[in-house]
Amino acid sequence: MVIDKIKKVNQVEKIQEKNKEATDKMIGKWIKCEECGEILYKEEVKANLSVCTNCGHHFRISSRRRISQIIDEGTFEEINENMHTTDPLKFDGYMQKLEILQTKTGIKEAVKTGIGKIEGEKVAIAVMDSNFMMGSMGSVVGEKITYLIEEAIEQRLPVIIFCVSGGARMQEGMISLMQMAKTSSALAKLDSAGLLYISVLTDPTTGGVTASFASTADIIIAEPNSLIGFAGPRVIEQTIKQKLPEGFQKSEFLLEHGFIDRIVPRKDMKKELATILKMHKGGN
Amino acid sequence: MQKEQITEWDRVLIARSPDRPRTMDYIDNIFEDFIELHGDRLYGDDKAIVGGIAKVDNHIVTIIGEQKGKTTKENMERNFGMPNPEGYRKALRLMKQAEKFKRPVITFIDTPGAYPGIGAEERGQGEAIARNLLEMSRLQVPIICVVIGEGSSGGALAIGVGDKIIMLENSIYSVLSPEGFASILYKDGTQYERAAKEMKITAKDLKDLEIIDEIVKEDNIFENTKKSILKNLKLLQSQTIEELINNRYEKYRTIGSLDK
Repeated sequence: MVIDKIKKVNQVEKIQEKNKEATDKMIGKWIKCEECGEILYKEEVKANLSVCTNCGHHFRISSRRRISQIIDEGTFEEINENMHTTDPLKFDGYMQKLEILQTKTGIKEAVKTGIGKIEGEKVAIAVMDSNFMMGSMGSVVGEKITYLIEEAIEQRLPVIIFCVSGGARMQEGMISLMQMAKTSSALAKLDSAGLLYISVLTDPTTGGVTASFASTADIIIAEPNSLIGFAGPRVIEQTIKQKLPEGFQKSEFLLEHGFIDRIVPRKDMKKELATILKMHKGGN
Repeated sequence: MQKEQITEWDRVLIARSPDRPRTMDYIDNIFEDFIELHGDRLYGDDKAIVGGIAKVDNHIVTIIGEQKGKTTKENMERNFGMPNPEGYRKALRLMKQAEKFKRPVITFIDTPGAYPGIGAEERGQGEAIARNLLEMSRLQVPIICVVIGEGSSGGALAIGVGDKIIMLENSIYSVLSPEGFASILYKDGTQYERAAKEMKITAKDLKDLEIIDEIVKEDNIFENTKKSILKNLKLLQSQTIEELINNRYEKYRTIGSLDK
């Protein structure tokens, strides 16, 4: 067991190193587009909403940046900011890993929730964050989203969820799986209350999130070229023992197969959400 | 004494054993006059999920269950109990039908997971599961879910949202397979025995975590399961629909492990 612990500590250190590398890449003045390979001036990309100025590739962005791009300045009031897990499986190294991520990202968990305005329209919004354990859903993500939906029902507000997730938080075992049922139950109430729910799928949205709140919105929007699916491409390749076709499980593929309403580039997202909200005035 | 020596991994092997009773065995041994109903009315009929109507004592119920095979040939037909979206959509169709005719729903869970294939993704595996979770949470009739073998991941939960969750003593219920957990979290796929222990996937572990409601002993498997179903049906049918739906909501609402 001692050896296991040492191994864990080493792994945590490795994660720290890896994260540091990722940070360095961003701290430098230049970044490389992972899609077209072009070397881009960071400030220019940032000014372009973190979209490649050469090929239009949408870089992943933090929940904080997303909120600043979508929500009217100064209107976002966060809910349950400090909520944290109590580690139900007492899983070795899990709490340590969370602490490291909390320090590195400045956020406490993989989703930010709150109430804010989009072009003056009040909305309950949840924004997941891929920098925090790849947006995986455990107790806290499930609870924050459920709480937000209940708050929206109480205040009669529309709900928007920006999804990005690798799926269930495995370190929390069955409790994480049950968050799929919990969030879905809250959405059923929202639906029965006649309130609008928009989900926005961003790269990547997979696993338990795809199989729960991502897929049951009144209107489902995706950012271009995002990976969206239930099973991950590697799992499918291993199962069927063949390469997947080009573009499989991308936003455009989902649109073609009828599982999303629209693909909206980042630069148009705020305007488009505002237009839809105004057509559902008062959330009804 | 001997029973206490069964490890978590032993239970995984028992839960997956080809000799273990399948959904159809429960249907044959507990219910009468089973009429199987096929198809999702959208695409096809998924043999990995069986469904229909039947009688048990004085109750008419809708039964839905994941069906593994006992032989390789049967497993090929049943896709090893791994449903495609049309399986979940057939399940939902039969649940809505049960709601219309005010029949309780009994589900039997036994799957290694939803099928991860190209067709499954093209036809919206995620959407099919998500839709079931949402609709089951507000279905206006009692739902009893029985985990009889292997309950793995969203593929199990997709027919597993209900008022009472029952597990057979040697069944398992998990977020992913112990082998998958070991290879991802320990970076060592051979540590599945350790994973089976730490993941808390046995009936007893999940009863302690208050995720399930009841454990059924396996000394007389069909009789005990029948007793449990009848007892819970009686209990649930004594509630008003409003109470039933509120209790179901609260049941999932309180699952979590957190501090504000």
